[in-house]
Amino acid sequence: MTTLTLALWIAGGSVTAGLLGALTGLGGGIIVVPMLTLIFHVDLRYAIGASLVSVIATSSGAAAAYVREGYTNVRVGILLEVATTIGALLGAALSGFIPTSALAVLFGCVLLFTAYRSIQPRPEHDLLTTPDKWAARLRLDSTYPTATGMQAYSVQRVPAGFSLMFFAGILSALLGIGSGIIKVLAMDQTMRLPFKVSTTTSNFMIGVTAAASAGVYLHRGYIDPVLSFPVMLGVLAGALIGARILGRANTKLLRQLFTGVVVIMAVEMLYKGLTGGV
Amino acid sequence: MSDPTARPSRWTDHAVEQLIGRLLQIGVLIAALVVVVGGALVLSQHGGAVASYSVFHGQPELLRSIGPIVRGAFAMDSRAVVQLGLLLLIATPIARVAFTLGAFALQRDRTYVLITAVVLALLLYGFLYGRA
Repeated sequence: MTTLTLALWIAGGSVTAGLLGALTGLGGGIIVVPMLTLIFHVDLRYAIGASLVSVIATSSGAAAAYVREGYTNVRVGILLEVATTIGALLGAALSGFIPTSALAVLFGCVLLFTAYRSIQPRPEHDLLTTPDKWAARLRLDSTYPTATGMQAYSVQRVPAGFSLMFFAGILSALLGIGSGIIKVLAMDQTMRLPFKVSTTTSNFMIGVTAAASAGVYLHRGYIDPVLSFPVMLGVLAGALIGARILGRANTKLLRQLFTGVVVIMAVEMLYKGLTGGV
Repeated sequence: MSDPTARPSRWTDHAVEQLIGRLLQIGVLIAALVVVVGGALVLSQHGGAVASYSVFHGQPELLRSIGPIVRGAFAMDSRAVVQLGLLLLIATPIARVAFTLGAFALQRDRTYVLITAVVLALLLYGFLYGRA
């Protein structure tokens, strides 16, 4: 295949990934690496480099709007970024020693977990609960806009959330993903932030987490410009279109479709990893 | 996100949030424009070449560190132009952290100056030295 043909196909696939990621709220990054390795037979390291770049683009683009609307808890984000950046640098250091077949198996497991989480009902929780020592000391409690005005909320179990973010950072670097699923889980269910605050603060942190390992991978030669540009521009365009049509699309159906795609890719990644095909 | 202990200043959390949002938008926009130009150059110069990424070779030194990428981009090497755009993209969240550090410093919020400085140091270490 010529560079032009490949770039066009990859751009098309990336637009779809970005669009589905934005519409389902699961992020496009999770299917960019499987798409590149399974469909276009790209080496896993090049795929991870290109995916990380697209993750930075979409998260920074979306974060711009959320931060300005006042959903993002900037203090919680910055605090947890300590854990995600340490995790990401550790993951980048480890990745050189982990065989790509093992990374493919790990990727398959994370995809399965993503599919499982996306069909689980989300338990609601109270927003104002008992004071937490760390949340008070670090002034994490805040307010966010709702239909009925500003709603106050308190932050719980900061050390547990911080520890989970460390693993989110490692996975982000090892697999070239944003790890949004784990970040949202940690903030929504462990730290008891409102769901909208969790998703927007996760998105806010994803760019920084991905930038930590992308910087290392650039120096290591994982980021190929010819492969990365259609991925970055495609995913970004898809995410921007997705954000525009979000109100009109049938997100429930799309979510089921996307979950199906994730499961198929999980099985393929596990198979390839276990048979040494990656 | 009001902070009763900080000195009143025009650097309220709300003002900082507006500026952070704008900074991220501009960073992504500039990076994307540079990547579009570089991508167009790549396709016009090498579009007919056979592409294969199934075997990992790594990038040449020219496309792996900041100095050579910037020099290559100004010499209009198409791949270096794309790489410069990607470099700007990676730098955008780092610039956001640096800006947040400045805002916390102006708010005299020592705890968060320290926390943000740790994040910034880790990011710059990876970005400038490429080691982890």
